[in-house]
Amino acid sequence: MKLRGTAHKYGSNVDTDAIIPARYLNVSDAQELAKHCMEDIDTGFVRRVKPGDIIVAEANFGCGSSREHAPVAIKASGISCVVAGSFARIFFRNAINIGLPLLECPEAAAGCSTGDIIEVDLTSGEITNVTTGKKYRASPYPEFLLDIIKSGGLVSQTKKKLARAR
Amino acid sequence: MGSTLAEKILSRNSGSAVRAGDIAVVPVDLAFVQDTTGPLTVRQFQASGLKRLANPKRTVLFLDHAAPSPRSEHSNDHLLMRRFAEEQGCLIFDVGDGVCHQIVAERLANPGEVIVGADSHSVTAGALGAFATGMGSTDVAIAMGLGKTWLRVPETMRILTTGKFPTGVFVKDLILHLIGKIGADGATYKSLEFGGDVVDGMGMPDRLTIANMAVEAGAKVGLFPSDRITESFLKKHGRGDKYIPLQPDQGATCETTIEVDVSKLEPTVSRPHTVDNVALARELKGTKIQQVFIGTCTNGRIEDLEVAAAILKGKERNSRTRLLIAPASRQVYLDAIEKGYIQTLVKAGALILPPGCAACLGLHQGILADGESCLSTANRNFKGRMGNTQSFIYLASPATAAASALAGEIVDPREVM
Repeated sequence: MKLRGTAHKYGSNVDTDAIIPARYLNVSDAQELAKHCMEDIDTGFVRRVKPGDIIVAEANFGCGSSREHAPVAIKASGISCVVAGSFARIFFRNAINIGLPLLECPEAAAGCSTGDIIEVDLTSGEITNVTTGKKYRASPYPEFLLDIIKSGGLVSQTKKKLARAR
Repeated sequence: MGSTLAEKILSRNSGSAVRAGDIAVVPVDLAFVQDTTGPLTVRQFQASGLKRLANPKRTVLFLDHAAPSPRSEHSNDHLLMRRFAEEQGCLIFDVGDGVCHQIVAERLANPGEVIVGADSHSVTAGALGAFATGMGSTDVAIAMGLGKTWLRVPETMRILTTGKFPTGVFVKDLILHLIGKIGADGATYKSLEFGGDVVDGMGMPDRLTIANMAVEAGAKVGLFPSDRITESFLKKHGRGDKYIPLQPDQGATCETTIEVDVSKLEPTVSRPHTVDNVALARELKGTKIQQVFIGTCTNGRIEDLEVAAAILKGKERNSRTRLLIAPASRQVYLDAIEKGYIQTLVKAGALILPPGCAACLGLHQGILADGESCLSTANRNFKGRMGNTQSFIYLASPATAAASALAGEIVDPREVM
């Protein structure tokens, strides 16, 4: 599965309060959440982001609160994938569970800037910075995680499992 | 080959000997959500086609983050959760009962259990020797329905504590110091396992404070051994029969071991806007503070109010500094009334907030103005955390918080103790 989009670059420790502040946690509509994505650290993000774009960040992306609203807001904003030096673990699980792909690759994170065109191959883990011509490789997903991603998230995987059991 | 606490607990629960790096599928002994993550959990539970909870008696809903509700949207979320609890026959703790992690510690968590909560500070119950970890709404929804979850067995970073705390220095200073040392992602995916002489003699309230903040270094769990201190805590709370001893094996494989001599620590403060941005309280002397907040799952226990009351007794807060205090649970509130702390604190100018998360996450009860600074005993000081991106949050111990409320600026509590 290949993705291509423009990079939006952030530094280290982008926390979930920054991705979606607590004042929106009672919002259940994903599109409504997307309107406030990143607003406390980057007020222009929502205006600039285009469908398919890619967030690139340094270490510890998604640290802090367990709020799943964070990956939901990112996905609904049009972002196709997040590439980071590392991810906070709760955010990592949450993103996979709701079908937002993540790739962990410190070299790619360091080698991409805002505005670069990035291509990502989710199956092989290859990340290409089309603008600079450099290629990077993220470690591939373990089998059982790939199964959640292929199923379209944990809810649809569970649904399928329950249907099979009946 | 010896096992770490994480390996021991996950092996015990998965039924096979697992090592760091393995994926374990384990039954979930306790699953809980709170009122900002719970509504999505309920919706995901229903969307998955799940009908009934696997274990209603060990599934718990907490209304603590917006308690009481400041807006109709939160009120409707509360209503949704109350209806779900009634329909499923699970436990619910309503507004005013307290912060989920405090109630989990007081009434629900037991050593050796696997506990998942839709709240990052679910790691708090690691203080009781439970493998307690935070997850998102969907993970917890599925765990509630299927009664099990998957966990990658974490590598262990062992924290070996020695020495004796100097007067005015507390476990909050220890954990802030440690996070400053290893960084906000220093323990990402790992188990922080606490041991050493200091831990052996450390009471449960202090263990809870430390375990609570493990996630601020990125850790998956913050584990303490289950020992005579755990046993007496469980007995005191009417579930002594749930005690099992748990210690890491000699020779267990730890990725790293960090030694901390607590005798060398000083009152420590996290500066805006990350927890690992630490300094000594005395280095920040002169930093004006408009609001002091004492409470939360980190430091809202009776022992914390006792420390604050001792410093504030017979004195009055600085006229330019508001003092907000939220007991972590109804039980803590009752104990504080009985011991006279509430009267002491109110006389000193404190405003007592209802048991719950209160001002911690910026939903209500103490949102800061532009340019204001708050010294809080909570666990997180991210930009905008307390409801305003133009404000500043410092984190410290209840002693530093109380002393700073008197001074109107950050001070080393040893100046007034």
